[in-house]
Amino acid sequence: MEAKTSNRIEPNFHKDTKVTRNKKIPQKLGMYSILMIFLIISIFPFYWMFIGATNDSGKMFTNPPTLTPGDQFMKNFQNLNESINIPQVMFNSLFVSLIYVVAALAVCSLAAYAFAKYEFKGRNFIFTAFLLSMMIPYQATLIPLFRMMSELNLLNTYFAVIAPQLCYPFAIFLLRQNFLAFPTELIEAARLDGAGELKIFLQVVAPSMRPALAAASIFLFMTQWNSFMWPLVVLNDASMYTFPVALSSLMGLSYIDYGQVMMGVSIATIPIIIFFLILQKQFISGMLGSAVK
Amino acid sequence: MSQTRIIPYLFIAPAVILFLVFTAYPIFSSLLLSFQTFEAGEYSFTGFDNYVTLFHDEIFHKALMNTFIIFIVQVPIMLILALVLSSVLNSGLLRLKGFFRVSFFLPTVTSLVAYSILFSIMLQEEGIINTVIGFLGIEAIPWLSDSFWAKASIILAMTWRWTGYNMVIFLAALQNISNDMYEAASLDGAGKIRQFFSITIPQLKPVILFAGTLSTIGTLQLFDEPFNLTKGGPADSTMTLGLYIYQNGFEFFQFGYASAIAYIVVVLVGILTFIQFKVAGDR
Repeated sequence: MEAKTSNRIEPNFHKDTKVTRNKKIPQKLGMYSILMIFLIISIFPFYWMFIGATNDSGKMFTNPPTLTPGDQFMKNFQNLNESINIPQVMFNSLFVSLIYVVAALAVCSLAAYAFAKYEFKGRNFIFTAFLLSMMIPYQATLIPLFRMMSELNLLNTYFAVIAPQLCYPFAIFLLRQNFLAFPTELIEAARLDGAGELKIFLQVVAPSMRPALAAASIFLFMTQWNSFMWPLVVLNDASMYTFPVALSSLMGLSYIDYGQVMMGVSIATIPIIIFFLILQKQFISGMLGSAVK
Repeated sequence: MSQTRIIPYLFIAPAVILFLVFTAYPIFSSLLLSFQTFEAGEYSFTGFDNYVTLFHDEIFHKALMNTFIIFIVQVPIMLILALVLSSVLNSGLLRLKGFFRVSFFLPTVTSLVAYSILFSIMLQEEGIINTVIGFLGIEAIPWLSDSFWAKASIILAMTWRWTGYNMVIFLAALQNISNDMYEAASLDGAGKIRQFFSITIPQLKPVILFAGTLSTIGTLQLFDEPFNLTKGGPADSTMTLGLYIYQNGFEFFQFGYASAIAYIVVVLVGILTFIQFKVAGDR
């Protein structure tokens, strides 16, 4: 885990002599204690989530606390499955997120490439309009979008969940930044060889932009996977619910079984964590919208 | 040659069409809608009626106030913590940096709904957080049932989720500050603290501004946390603008009124971002 990232964080001082190193011991102790406190705060909720998912509902509220995993894993899973039909909800979330990533990546990368590498009338105007729209809170578009979907009889469809954010200006902006760095001579050389413009994009430019496209994919995936307000508004049939909507509906019941809620929270969280631990670097630049190189 | 002139338009066409239909049209439509009310089966223009009603709406005042309090308390706490953590991690004295960095970033990977629910369970009267502070001799805190502590709960949860995110942004910027500056400063006799305020902070200003702007837009739209963590309660003490838009739009079906609130948010984002750029933009 550490080896992968260590090249990104270069220690500032390698050259301490023994004397200065000894002087720094109290300072180091202070720093490690700060870090340890924050480490516990960061990690403990995840552990608690796991404890909750494997214990009875009541075990989360005992004093002294239950700190060891229990044996109610299967029971909580079955109860949760009865409440929200896990395979269906998981399918909805994955389907919506994956289709969204593929479609949004196609739309955004093509536009970003055009903005970066072509001169055309209206380019700056359109690009500026895209950028400005990023300042408009999403909620300002919520109600007209809902009315649109309702009039077109598209409520409770995957289309309604996916379509509104397909053109994602932030993704276009970031991809454009990366495309700008691509050498124009290579594009011109390919053009002289007689390659079509789309072919140049797909076979010459895109392959060398894999890290940027990967980061954008993760960014888009997380956006859709975590999306809550919009799916909550356009989906009211439980069989169409995405995971966050289904999870939230559990808390609205008159009797809340915390064991199954914690199971739900775990299922929503653990796959992403594994995915994150494997692809840390791409994930961090993706989540930050490649703000960090 | 004329064919290549069309190409860029073909490339941006899908994005532009989607943008017009799903972003530009709704933005203008909701502006119009904010000047309309639903009467006798249809929407009709009623001028500034919605805005006048908002002006007298106590729940709206509360939502505005709560959003503002959360913004003014949470964003600075989070950014300061992120600065401290990133500086400590960047100080070059430590091992296991990658491990700490990944661990602090981990909360950012959780979905907003999942972590809100997790916190709503941990923060219950008999929940783990009260049990732990009980060991420290602190009396149980009514996290979710008291109007002050409910806001504190949201702030606490948001800080847990987002500090690591900002920390990583700062960490990347810190690595771009040249060591020579620090070495020159320490030759001049400036201590670590002095260096932090005279070198680190000024050098990081653009990045802090960036993080601040992102947090501003995020906080003004705050919805998932109050919806799942406190349900806006108790007694609307954690009602936010985002939650009030949702309630008016999709529980009371007051589309015009909800759009008016949304446009207040648009204006606030504009004003606050402008102020942040003014305050930080003196160079």
